[in-house]
Amino acid sequence: MITKRIIPCLDVRDGRVVKGVNFEGVRDVSSPVELAELYSDSGADELVFYDITASAEGRRLFTDVLTRTASRVFIPLTVGGGINSLEDFDRVLKCGADKVSVNSGALRDPSLIGLAAKRYGNQCVVISADVKRVNGVFTVFARGGRDNTGLEAVEWIRRCVGEGAGEVVLNSIDTDGVRGGFDIQMLRAVSEAVDVPVIASGGAGSVQDFVTLFKALPRVDAGLAASILHFGEVTVADIKKALRAEGINVRL
Amino acid sequence: MTGIIDYGVGNLFSLRSSLAAIGEECVVTGDAKRLRDCGRLILPGVGAFGDAASKLRETGLFDEILREAASGKPLMGICLGMQLLFDKSLEYGEHQGLGLIPGTVAPIARSMAPGLKIPHIGWNLLHFLSKSAIFRDVKEGECVYFVHSYHATGCIEHTTAVTEYGGTLTAAVERENVYGCQFHPEKSGGAGLRILKAFADL
Repeated sequence: MITKRIIPCLDVRDGRVVKGVNFEGVRDVSSPVELAELYSDSGADELVFYDITASAEGRRLFTDVLTRTASRVFIPLTVGGGINSLEDFDRVLKCGADKVSVNSGALRDPSLIGLAAKRYGNQCVVISADVKRVNGVFTVFARGGRDNTGLEAVEWIRRCVGEGAGEVVLNSIDTDGVRGGFDIQMLRAVSEAVDVPVIASGGAGSVQDFVTLFKALPRVDAGLAASILHFGEVTVADIKKALRAEGINVRL
Repeated sequence: MTGIIDYGVGNLFSLRSSLAAIGEECVVTGDAKRLRDCGRLILPGVGAFGDAASKLRETGLFDEILREAASGKPLMGICLGMQLLFDKSLEYGEHQGLGLIPGTVAPIARSMAPGLKIPHIGWNLLHFLSKSAIFRDVKEGECVYFVHSYHATGCIEHTTAVTEYGGTLTAAVERENVYGCQFHPEKSGGAGLRILKAFADL
């Protein structure tokens, strides 16, 4: 059977990793290429590079980082951040990305998903949604969680999958950064509503949180990990060993 | 020297990089003469079968691949490139493939298991039916990376590895000097590089 994926997520600004401290054996902890290699060696199933640059120069540095990573790390690479057009898809795919994640770009222009899926295939298009409870309703936020779109999350994600998104990253704003575990309730609602892979994001604070996630929600395919790995307290291998010990199928 | 057949489909960056990583020289080209000079060929591909088969015909590479395969040169198809080795595909209509391996490419049926997600995306285990030269350094149960919605059927005789996803899917095939991987060795970490290395050593 297919294995559950553990996916480290790296925020990159001006060619450097924004978070990321405290790594043994890595000379430059803010080098995305070195961190990507470290994670890959530790058993990461995939990597997400999130471009949080605003400037054109930063964007150039980002694609340079991507090219160098893709030349040295042979696992799937997903790129997100600042994807607003087919030209943006093209730019990162040419540099070695395998999948492209759209968030605010799809909210501004939902036709982007269908156009990209037609050109590059559904497997290439990932819809990423930042979701928060507003008066008890799962609500989609844009621009990194700043703008309330008023859209109900399950409906929005279903629509994106219908347009051709081949994977869903669900980021719970409510649990993000708290490190108290994934948002099981929100993930259940979304994973039961779509028939494409769902990647859980937001809230991982311990190895046990991944065990809890996959035990509670067998339909969730992958867990994203950011700060839990960047702080160096646990490795991808630690997470996977714990999952395997609990009978959850992982690639070791 | 490995020739990566470039017929305008898909992104060949990772494949080229992975061959570089195992120390194998390669050339990415659609030029028949340069491909003839290579010791072995890789047929890559992503996207739709019909489009890819049309492009192979338009560029004249369709017949060239058949000639090279008939000459005994090792040929490996990857993902859609593997599917193109078969007689035909049922992806959006019916399309003729290279016919190097008997069989039909058909959609993975959601009916195989309740709630089965398609495409089949992710790392899945290889189970060997027979030992293929390209799996020289890969162990039973190692994981490789799959991304596909269609799979090869009716080819059990030439199937060297399968994977389980709702049912049994063809993961790799071999017929004399022609090899095919449904998964992406260039995205399958160390296991993938070992498969490419074994192919490069043929």
